[in-house]
Amino acid sequence: MPVFYGTEVANPLMLGTALYPSPAIMADAFRASGAGIATVSLRREGGGGQDFHALIRGLSIPVLPNTAGCHSVREAVTTAQMARELFDTPWIKLEVIRDDDTLCPDVIALVEAARILSDDGFQVFPYCTEDLSVCGRLLDAGCQVLMPWGAPIGSGRGLNNPYGLRSLRAHFPDVPLVVDAGIGLPSHAAQAMELGYDAVLLNTAVAKAGDSVAMARAMALAIQAGQLAHAANPIEARDMAAPSTPLFGMAVLS
Amino acid sequence: MKITLNGETRELTGPTVQDALAEIGLAGAKVATALNGAFLPAGLRGEILKDGDALEVVAPMQGG
Repeated sequence: MPVFYGTEVANPLMLGTALYPSPAIMADAFRASGAGIATVSLRREGGGGQDFHALIRGLSIPVLPNTAGCHSVREAVTTAQMARELFDTPWIKLEVIRDDDTLCPDVIALVEAARILSDDGFQVFPYCTEDLSVCGRLLDAGCQVLMPWGAPIGSGRGLNNPYGLRSLRAHFPDVPLVVDAGIGLPSHAAQAMELGYDAVLLNTAVAKAGDSVAMARAMALAIQAGQLAHAANPIEARDMAAPSTPLFGMAVLS
Repeated sequence: MKITLNGETRELTGPTVQDALAEIGLAGAKVATALNGAFLPAGLRGEILKDGDALEVVAPMQGG
């Protein structure tokens, strides 16, 4: 099971808490999937925050607050500081967004914010691209986990760049890697795990499915299958057929 | 005094941040605060508010 900053997590599915039809369905999705981490945010208190906090505590799993919506280093750092106090955790899913259409991370600001927060004792989970140099800079800044996107948040496109994700895995064999965002189907999540990733973070694919609880379970099973498959050392793909049934001993009938 | 509370101008008595939270019914609530764009830790809510200050009060919310 994945280990993030010395904490072993019970399940490699990291599940978001937004966009569900109801709080009860959200809680059921967590129970059905056995998700190991719940991602949360913080927003202006408009009346619902206290009930939500109680609901999250009831899940009894580690909480990973995010800095979603932040577009600058200052915003992200201040949000992280508030999150640390509010959720009583040094963990922060660091998002600094550059482009609103793709929710593409501002990787320059991300590295700067990651350094400030790491120096201040935070344990940073950066939402990043699969770029090798950016990921290297994030590790230099103090990050001990990387969370490259599979595809833009909420797009459900799966892994846009399997080559890049595989390359990242090969370059940083000892760093916990999480595919964060873009997952639409269980097969996408399985593919991430087959690449040797340590965990998958998703939200929309479960929350907006017709049956969130069933989809949460499907994601968990796919992640488990992908993890088993990676550990089982899969065969290499090849261009030509290779018969599986023995040719030796075949009756001569012509 | 006039305080910009979560983006809305409000007339609050204060004088401290903690008093202002009590005034809006959040004395014991699970919230975090930022004053004029900078994080204000819970232990520093004795800070005296000034006219025109911007106070952000955030709470746990759904997120991905």
